[in-house]
Amino acid sequence: MSGPSDYQPSNPALQWIERRLPIFGLMHSSFVAYPTPRNLNYWWTFGAILSFMLGMQILTGVILAMHYTPHADLAFKSVELIVRDVNYGWLLRNMHAVGASMFFVAVYVHMFRGLYYGSYKEPREVLWILGVIIYLLMMATGFMGYVLPWGQMSFWGATVITNLFSAIPYVGESVVTLLWGGYSVGNPTLNRFFSLHYLLPFLIAGVVVLHVWALHVAGQNNPDGVEPKTEKDTVPFTPHATIKDMFGVACFMLLYAWFIFYMPNYLGDADNYIPANPGVTPPHIVPEWYYLPFYAILRSIPNKLAGVIGMFGAIIILCFLPWLDAAKTKSSKYRPLAKQFFWIFVVVCILLGYLGAQPPEGIYVIAGRVLTVCYFAYFLIVLPLLSRIEKPRPVPNSISDAVLAKTGSRSTPMVSTAIMLALAGSLFAGSIDSAKASEGSDTPPGNKWSFSGPFGKFDRGALQRGLKVYKEVCASCHGLSYIAFRNLAEAGGPSYSVAQAAAFASEYKVKDGPNDAGDMFERAGRPADYFPSPFPNEQAARAANGGAAPPDLSLITKARSYKRGFPWFIIDFFSQYQEQGPDYVAAVLQGYEDKAPEGVTIPEGSYYNKYFPGHAIKMPKPLSDGQVTFDDGSPATVAQYAKDVTTFLMWTAEPHMEARKRLGFQVFVFLILFAGLMYFTKKKVWASSH
Amino acid sequence: MNPDASTIAAGAPIEVDLSPVAEGQDIKVFWRGKPIYISHRTKKQIDEARAVNVASLPDPQTDEARVKSGHEQWLVVIGICTHLGCIPIAHEGSYDGFFCPCHGSQYDSSGRIRQGPAPANLPVPPYQFVSDTKIQIG
Repeated sequence: MSGPSDYQPSNPALQWIERRLPIFGLMHSSFVAYPTPRNLNYWWTFGAILSFMLGMQILTGVILAMHYTPHADLAFKSVELIVRDVNYGWLLRNMHAVGASMFFVAVYVHMFRGLYYGSYKEPREVLWILGVIIYLLMMATGFMGYVLPWGQMSFWGATVITNLFSAIPYVGESVVTLLWGGYSVGNPTLNRFFSLHYLLPFLIAGVVVLHVWALHVAGQNNPDGVEPKTEKDTVPFTPHATIKDMFGVACFMLLYAWFIFYMPNYLGDADNYIPANPGVTPPHIVPEWYYLPFYAILRSIPNKLAGVIGMFGAIIILCFLPWLDAAKTKSSKYRPLAKQFFWIFVVVCILLGYLGAQPPEGIYVIAGRVLTVCYFAYFLIVLPLLSRIEKPRPVPNSISDAVLAKTGSRSTPMVSTAIMLALAGSLFAGSIDSAKASEGSDTPPGNKWSFSGPFGKFDRGALQRGLKVYKEVCASCHGLSYIAFRNLAEAGGPSYSVAQAAAFASEYKVKDGPNDAGDMFERAGRPADYFPSPFPNEQAARAANGGAAPPDLSLITKARSYKRGFPWFIIDFFSQYQEQGPDYVAAVLQGYEDKAPEGVTIPEGSYYNKYFPGHAIKMPKPLSDGQVTFDDGSPATVAQYAKDVTTFLMWTAEPHMEARKRLGFQVFVFLILFAGLMYFTKKKVWASSH
Repeated sequence: MNPDASTIAAGAPIEVDLSPVAEGQDIKVFWRGKPIYISHRTKKQIDEARAVNVASLPDPQTDEARVKSGHEQWLVVIGICTHLGCIPIAHEGSYDGFFCPCHGSQYDSSGRIRQGPAPANLPVPPYQFVSDTKIQIG
């Protein structure tokens, strides 16, 4: 894309095409011969990583769309069926859902890199603005994609975000009706979001082509911010940049795979495993993590219209960056003050993200306001001011000079380090404070689960005992509607034989029909049937249980969680702790106390439970010692029942968990070898260029 | 992209029987996919709603203008927070009215905004009394 190419393919067939459509020349000049500055560091591999992620999202997305049903009544179930029944559906879904987050990780790194090295400056303004447009399209796509599983967070996130447009004066309400295609978020909304979610990635791909085109016209910026002058300053794109990008992508895939195979729900919200319910708002509506800084800005402004303007303004302001920062020196490497403020700005963004996930009360609101001011001050005050008062250090004459002087002095970023430490300290102190404040509610105790960790497997005995507990106790009120009898004989489950599963199924009566006479009839269950629900519909369940419908248990261990708080949520990432749900379920089953402690009043018809949020639970104590007899001689105690039934319910929530962890290990072995190979190849290729 | 004919047809008026709602209770019905709160207010709630200095409210409106005369005990409002569309919880918050769990807006026993980020009162849907114990919404 940098002018006409003199490349000529040697194959006559290719020559024939090349004379009519010079596409090979275009490819050659753009991705082979293209001169790339020789001093690029690894932050420059994120462009390739982003292209890889876009391709990944489109590929997995197209396949997922083949199995997904965009209908308000069926969407949630169709996503569950993808995960349970489609071949490697769990992998596709994890790749796509985690992929969205990884896409944003990469785009944020890419943007901060541009900010630090001044990649938006003349002559790259249009390149930068195209990037902001891609970012906006990504946000829209990500938001609409999050709506498609039609869980509680999907529904309420859609409600909150579409309502942002009602802040527009005069036409706001009609704009919102137009977005919904109805009088509230509903089936028409889901349908159009699906359509747009399929369309926008291709628009992104189109703008990416423009972005790359603009990049190849202006040439890449580089860590020293001096334009290449002679041939000594550049190296050809292939093999140098290609192999370096491959190594970058391989390393990034390690992080990606860590989430896909070991922490697939770490970045999601447990509430999204509860089907959408227009009548119940979840207690904390939290958007996906990549929107949190902007959500924090929205909430910290007490006026609705101003809040919405502030939120969108926080993104749009990036378009004006090339003119707000008028400093001649591009790279912050040679701008001692800009460098400090850049790191402060990074911390401000991270803290805003943290605040966006906190409830909007007390100290969080005030901190949010302060940081919102800091965010805008960086663009509107700091950058314009710095370009006038700052004395940059001398910039090297050329890139090759900079490469040769690489061993030069490194100034320690003292101020920013101090500020970052102080902020981290206050965050830590704040979390201790809030931990003290919430001492009243008990956190569920941790358990040792056979299925935790990278090599976790279900304990077969526990699964079989848990099924017995479910069948004899829980099943009288709770459904298990996503589990079919055939699942009991599948690999990674309770290890029954096909015949045993069929015999188990035949003990159930299943409603079928209509027959030739038009009547419904009952027949014995077959392996393909699903566990019948104890109540015909939710209203019946509600009426029979004092107003509180017993939830379906298929997904309960993924749909329940408790707040881990800082710094646990960081430690959990490394320790692969994913068992909040099982810990909570096991704790609630054992958390009943006959007498509520003093000062806690439990309404008529409710029971005191130590771990249930609010302590008043409608479910009477379900388990008591000796209630279920186990054939294998395990103790007939509540603790044993709770542990077994929770293990069983973890399996019902994720029947392919063992396959996920097993494949994860294989993928890791492969990726580490692949990344190593790429690294040594890269060293070899670059040996003559350093 | 506006609502299609079937969506509009499904949004036709509905009738609600009020006789089972005891004083101090409220019910939630759905109309056009939106929750409508119908509260049978106590004497105390009505007095509180009327004792407020209307000019001091963020969105000034008298309680009389928000209920039908002769049926002051019945408050009918669309239960959608005017901030960002969450569903407020009835009988919570410091004003004997509604509390929105999302961003902390508080409404009084007349559904008027008293505190928090919401800009306006809970809207009153179009409705009329068909008889003393029955209303038609829409």
